[in-house]
Amino acid sequence: MHWFNTVGALINLDHPGHFLHWHFIEVSVANAVVMIVMVATFVVALLAPFPGRRSRKENR
Amino acid sequence: MTTEIDRQWTTRLRRRAEGKLPPEKLLPDTQPSYVSSWIYVFGVTTMAALCMVIATGCVLAIFGPQWWHTSSVGHFVNSLHLWAVEIFFFAMVIHLWGKFFMASWRGGRTLTWMTGVVTFLASIAAGFTGYASQSNFDSQWITTQAKDGINASGAGSFFNVLNLGQMLMWHIVLLPLVAVLLTVLHVLMVRVKGVVPPFSDETTEVAR
Repeated sequence: MHWFNTVGALINLDHPGHFLHWHFIEVSVANAVVMIVMVATFVVALLAPFPGRRSRKENR
Repeated sequence: MTTEIDRQWTTRLRRRAEGKLPPEKLLPDTQPSYVSSWIYVFGVTTMAALCMVIATGCVLAIFGPQWWHTSSVGHFVNSLHLWAVEIFFFAMVIHLWGKFFMASWRGGRTLTWMTGVVTFLASIAAGFTGYASQSNFDSQWITTQAKDGINASGAGSFFNVLNLGQMLMWHIVLLPLVAVLLTVLHVLMVRVKGVVPPFSDETTEVAR
């Protein structure tokens, strides 16, 4: 078995997609996960300290 | 006194370009201190992903659909192309959020903002025509679902999503050309006007 078959076997994707319904909003679980990860990445990018950044006091 | 050489369009264009974008501004040695934040890395992440999209797209173009549908290496390069696109949009949207909440059109940066907006729209069209050009059941499903919406908008008279040849040409010629040219213009505008400062640093910004 090739290594990529092993990786692919970790998550079974051989089934119809799962969907979330809320009133008229319908979104696949896969897309919802991507959206949540994007928002989380945005928040982390704003809050996480950047390597080598000096404090504002030192900059002035 | 202006000479004939001064009046040449090449001379005038070069002087104008040198005035707007001297070499030290085009490739600067340093950046303002506020740029050392993770929120500023998503623009260059988007460009790195775009380079990967173009490179893998060129490999797909060389070997063709038979190859990317049937061989292991073809599947791999096809997946690289797809995932580079995923990262491209992921990073571009976070870049967009960051710049939107910074109101990055401030300080005469309207053209920088607008080239970004149009690049985003062109990229969506490039992504759509890519899905329409896969030449598999997925692309058949997507195009037959999309045709009614496109036709209802009136664009169907010249943009036929069921025409694989037309979709492929838009995907590999016209839209990449637009996206790359606008990206270059966008980056040049960033270099001309500088990276937008946070609101708190706006008063200290030097006029450019």
